[in-house]
Amino acid sequence: MNIVVLLKQTPDTESVIRIAPDGQSIVTQDLKWIINPYDEFAVEAALRLKEKHGGTVTIVSWGPQRVVESVRTALAMGADKGVLLDDEALEGSDSLGVARALAAAVQGLEPDIVLCGSRAVDYDLAQRGPMVAELLGWPHLGLAVSLESDGSTVTIERPIEGGKVTLQASLPALVTMGGSHAVWNPRYASLPGIMKAKKKPLEMKKLADLGLSADECGAQAAKIRIVSLEMPPERKPGRIIDDGLDTEGKAAALVKALHEEAKVI
Amino acid sequence: MADCVVSIAEFRAGNFRRVSFEVASEARKVADALNLPLYGIAVGCGVGEKAVELGYYGVDKVFVADDAALENYVPELYVPVVASLIEQWQPAAVFLPASVDGKDLSARLAARLQTGLAQDCIQVVCDGGVIKAKRPIFAGKCLAWCEWADGALPMISCRPNVMDCQAADATRQAQVEKVPVDLPEARSQALGVELDTTGKVELTEAEIIVSGGRGMKAAENFAILEQLAKELGAAVGASRAAVDAGWRPHSDQVGQTGKVVNPNLYIAVGISGAIQHLAGMGSSKYIVAVNKDPEAPIFTKADYGIVEDLFKFIPAFTEEVRKMKSTC
Repeated sequence: MNIVVLLKQTPDTESVIRIAPDGQSIVTQDLKWIINPYDEFAVEAALRLKEKHGGTVTIVSWGPQRVVESVRTALAMGADKGVLLDDEALEGSDSLGVARALAAAVQGLEPDIVLCGSRAVDYDLAQRGPMVAELLGWPHLGLAVSLESDGSTVTIERPIEGGKVTLQASLPALVTMGGSHAVWNPRYASLPGIMKAKKKPLEMKKLADLGLSADECGAQAAKIRIVSLEMPPERKPGRIIDDGLDTEGKAAALVKALHEEAKVI
Repeated sequence: MADCVVSIAEFRAGNFRRVSFEVASEARKVADALNLPLYGIAVGCGVGEKAVELGYYGVDKVFVADDAALENYVPELYVPVVASLIEQWQPAAVFLPASVDGKDLSARLAARLQTGLAQDCIQVVCDGGVIKAKRPIFAGKCLAWCEWADGALPMISCRPNVMDCQAADATRQAQVEKVPVDLPEARSQALGVELDTTGKVELTEAEIIVSGGRGMKAAENFAILEQLAKELGAAVGASRAAVDAGWRPHSDQVGQTGKVVNPNLYIAVGISGAIQHLAGMGSSKYIVAVNKDPEAPIFTKADYGIVEDLFKFIPAFTEEVRKMKSTC
C-alpha cells in the first residue's frame, strides 16, 4: 500500500505564546518544535497499515529547514522517505494555498491513502485534510479514532456530539486523525531507527517543482489573513475558600458563592 | 453587490442542533448591518417540516435539501449540495456551525468555493461593510483577528455556546423552498450511527463541566464526579493525565490535544493545571479548583479555590448542591 502522511511541525504544546512586535505573528525564537501531535497519530496509523499490507510510507511536509528534524523523526519511527516543500513563497499562505501545494505533491506520489491530523495544535485551522481531499476530488473521512483497511476500502469511527458514526470510503481516500495519545499511542523512534533514518531519502522541493507558482499558493493568493493578534483577557486568581471552615463548611460556602455571587448553579 | 448573507444549519436525528440557531442569530446581525436578507440552507433527512424554525432566529428564506441519502453527514454528498446553492448567489458572507461536522464541511466547502475560512470563531464584527472575525489559536493561548482579501467570500464557522442566540420568535415565519437534490456518485458512505441516549451532556456544549485529573487516582473514583455532575446537569471531562492512564475515554479529554471548552462553570478536581490544560478551559466563565496542593498552578486561574482532599470534599459538595437544589 502506498501511504502518504501530511505532517506539520508545530511549537511544543508546553510553549508559552507571545505576540511579536508586528502584532500579527508570534515570537518563534526559543520555541521547541515538535511533530503536530495529530499528525504523529497519522504517522502511527500509517505504520500500522504498512505492517499489515506492506508498501511504503512517505512523509510530506512543508516549511523551513528546521522541519527536516520532524521529518527525520517520522523516518526514525519507521516511515520510508520524506518530501519537504521548502519555499519562501509559502510564507503568508493561507490554508487553501498550502492545500494546493500539498495536493500537487500528493498527486505526484499516486498514493492509495493519505493520512493527516484533523487539526494542528498551533493555528487550529482544521482545514488541511478536507481541502486537499477536495482539490484531489477524493473522499475524506474526518476525525478517525480507529482505522481499518482491507486494501481497497478504509473504515473509520468518527466521534460526533453525543455519539459516533462509522464511515467507509473506497481508496484512494484521505483520512484525518482525531483521538488522543491514549488512542493511538504513537511509537517512539528507536536508536537503530534514528541511525537508519539518516540514510533514508529526503527530497527538497520548491513550488516550481510541483508546477506551481507563488501567485497560486503564496501570500498574494491568500483569501484570508491574520491582521492582528491579542492575548486573551488575563485571569486573576480568585479567592481561596477557607475561613477556617471544615470540609462541610467549605462545601456550603462554595455552593453559596456559585449560587449567589456567580449565579452559575 | 452582494445579494444575501448565508447561514447553514445542522440537522441531526430529526432536529436542528442548537448551534444552528446561534449561527443564524449571528448571521442575522451581519445581514442587518449590511441591509441584506438572510438565506438559510438546511440539509438532511426529514428537515422539511422543521425548516420553519430557522425563521424564528432571523432567517428570511430557507433552502431545504431533504433526502434519505443525506441523513448522515458525508462530505462528498453535502459539499456539492451546499456549494451549488451558494454558487447561485453573491453572498456577502457564509456562516456555519463549528461543530464536528460543520468544521469538516466548511473546510471542504471553502476549497470548493476557492475562498478563505475563519474556523471556530468567537466573535464577528461588521464595521463599515468590512467583516472581521476573531478566533482562538494555540487552543486559546492567543486570539487572532482575521480579514478577507478584496473580493474573497468570508466563510465563518462559529464556535458552539459562545455566540448570543436570540430568543425564538415564533411569529417570524421563514419562507421555505425545497430544492431538487441531485446527488453525485459518492465513494464514501456512513455505515451506521450510534447515538448516546443516556442524556449525557456533550463537553463542547455543556454549561457546566466537572473535570478530573491525576488526583482522581483510579477510574472507579470518577463515580463521585459523575454523581456531582448528575446533580448539576453537568458534563464530565478529564485531563490528559487521566485519559492517558486509561481512566476516561479520549472523548472526555480537555486541553490543547483534546477539546477546547467554554462552559459557564468549570470545576477542576485533582487537576494541577498544566499549560496545555489551562489553554483548553481558560475561557470558561467561572473556574473552581479543588486540589490538596495549595501550590498547584490551577489556583492561579481559579475564581474559587478549595484546598482539600477531593475524596472528602466532592461528596460533601455534592450533598450541599443537592440540599440547595431541593430548597430552590
